[in-house]
Amino acid sequence: MPSLLEVRELKTYLTTSQGVVKAVDGISFDVREGETVALVGESGCGKTMSALSIMRLIPRPQASIVGGEIRFQGRDLLKLGEEEMRRIRGAEIAMIFQEPMTSLNPVLSIGRQITETVEAHHPLSKEEARSRALELLQLVGISDPAQRLAEYPHQFSGGMRQRVMIAIALSCRPKLILADEPTTALDVTIQAQLLELMRDLSRRFGVALVIITHNLGVVARYADRVNVMYAGKIIESGTATEIYRAPRHPYTMGLLRSVPRLDQPRKSKLEPIEGQPPDLWNLPAGCSFAPRCRFVVEKCAQEAPPLRQVEDSHHSACWVAETLTQ
Amino acid sequence: MHQYILKRLLLMIPTLLGVAVLVFLMLRVAPGDIVELKYAGTGAFAPKEVLDQERAQLGLDKPLWHQFLSWMWGIVRFDFGNSMWTGRPITYEIWIRLELSLELALMATLVAVLLSIPLGTLAALKQDTWVDYFVRIFSIAGLSIPSFWLGIIIILGFLIFVKWLPPLTFTSFWVDPKANLTQLIWPALAVGYRYSAVATRMTRSAVLEVLREDYIRTARAKGLWERVVLTRHALKNALLPVITVIGLEFAFLIGGLVVTEQVFNLNGIGMLFVESITRRDYTMTQALVLLVSFSFIFVNFIVDLLYAWLDPRIRYQ
Repeated sequence: MPSLLEVRELKTYLTTSQGVVKAVDGISFDVREGETVALVGESGCGKTMSALSIMRLIPRPQASIVGGEIRFQGRDLLKLGEEEMRRIRGAEIAMIFQEPMTSLNPVLSIGRQITETVEAHHPLSKEEARSRALELLQLVGISDPAQRLAEYPHQFSGGMRQRVMIAIALSCRPKLILADEPTTALDVTIQAQLLELMRDLSRRFGVALVIITHNLGVVARYADRVNVMYAGKIIESGTATEIYRAPRHPYTMGLLRSVPRLDQPRKSKLEPIEGQPPDLWNLPAGCSFAPRCRFVVEKCAQEAPPLRQVEDSHHSACWVAETLTQ
Repeated sequence: MHQYILKRLLLMIPTLLGVAVLVFLMLRVAPGDIVELKYAGTGAFAPKEVLDQERAQLGLDKPLWHQFLSWMWGIVRFDFGNSMWTGRPITYEIWIRLELSLELALMATLVAVLLSIPLGTLAALKQDTWVDYFVRIFSIAGLSIPSFWLGIIIILGFLIFVKWLPPLTFTSFWVDPKANLTQLIWPALAVGYRYSAVATRMTRSAVLEVLREDYIRTARAKGLWERVVLTRHALKNALLPVITVIGLEFAFLIGGLVVTEQVFNLNGIGMLFVESITRRDYTMTQALVLLVSFSFIFVNFIVDLLYAWLDPRIRYQ
């Protein structure tokens, strides 16, 4: 399948009062048409910043994209003018955000927030836009859509708001949806419902999905391929099966061990990853994970390991990837 | 919603009653009364009997509660009595000045809104650029320059550079709009500039705050034009605090433009207010205080309605 999105050596830096943070430090990954790709990592690893870079919505002036390419359907998004980029946002690439409570405008009706998206990209009449919004609300499983169109965000629960966000994201039939921790702020039961909904709809319309999450459970169930990020870099990538069966990076191994699993005895202990999360202003010279790594060798402190192939589509940025054992 | 409006309207009554009691008592605590002041002005000697007779004529010899109740009884029938100084009906005295004061307040508000909302928004959008610095200096200057001084400068400027003076006698807008506007636009500018300073700063900070909200990012992610993001999404939210400031200022303008009225030779409510207080014209002062309180309460009411109109979270409570 051809690649829909190709991110190459993307670098997004943040200027803060304490210095420059390499929030995204040369990441490359592909999203093929219709597939679901996960970007996994703990908070602060640069996953949100990567998604915002693709949308070219990084917070200015603190953040800037200093290098790389983001090719979407063959066009480098970083070279597009503002108006060209606007036509892609919402229409070709849509985004769903983490906080359903604050991501919808409190003073505009739900209907308006859906129709304005459609109207920004298609020459539709008011009536057509409205019936499109109605159809979308039905699609995301909101009952009594005709009445709810006239309501406001504060009259919706968190899960319902996120459904509205999904409706907005789907409104122009995009090729790609970036979902930034779409369910993190919600109840566990609602999380599953929403993820199912997103999977069903993305399959139905052939939309590619990039799910940004720190939740490996989500990854295992819904992603075709996985990119694990640590301190602004992708340190392991591969199919979901590859990464689950045989992680090839100490950080991924640690992540997997620190999550409770139903297929293991209840008494087996959770093992947290040792040490502190990386100090982004002061990363070590070699591998960023070296200070916390159990398998550290001399070379790790001197030179950062590149992301290299270890199996078919499985890549790891670890000097000793081949010799790692659980 | 209708119930809410009705409740707010009814609540005005106890508030105004409280104001009435307060102003009535405070005026009588102030030393001297209108009769003494009247005779002091003439320089002639007046025997005590004459003063007492005058007082009896104005009803000032009655006990306080009696005076208060008869005043209240009048108000209930919309009869505010006569001015103790001029003897003319208070409604007449206020009416002939209210047109001017109201028009000036409206024009100054218009000037302030037209200046502050675009400037404040622009400053927020161009934060920390020379545009922002210019707007901030402009608004700080507005805060620091008294409007009467600006008024004097405007008049002097015209006199010196164009050898022209804005008309000094008031013509009603309905009689001759052109003459009316050529007179009132200058005080409106002087007052409106100062007024806009507060609102500009308010707009700037509100827009800055709103632009950082998640829903603005959502709006951009939907591919809306930047213009739509700004007007439909940012401004509609940012205007809430600005409207409060504008509303309160407006109420103040109705009775508070004492010095500006002097500078531009305008016979407005502000001037009448000061005159009636210095003359201990009890009935007039009481009526004016009630008028100004009513404007404040009424404007607040309108602001609340605007809030409900702009923000559905308030509307549905």
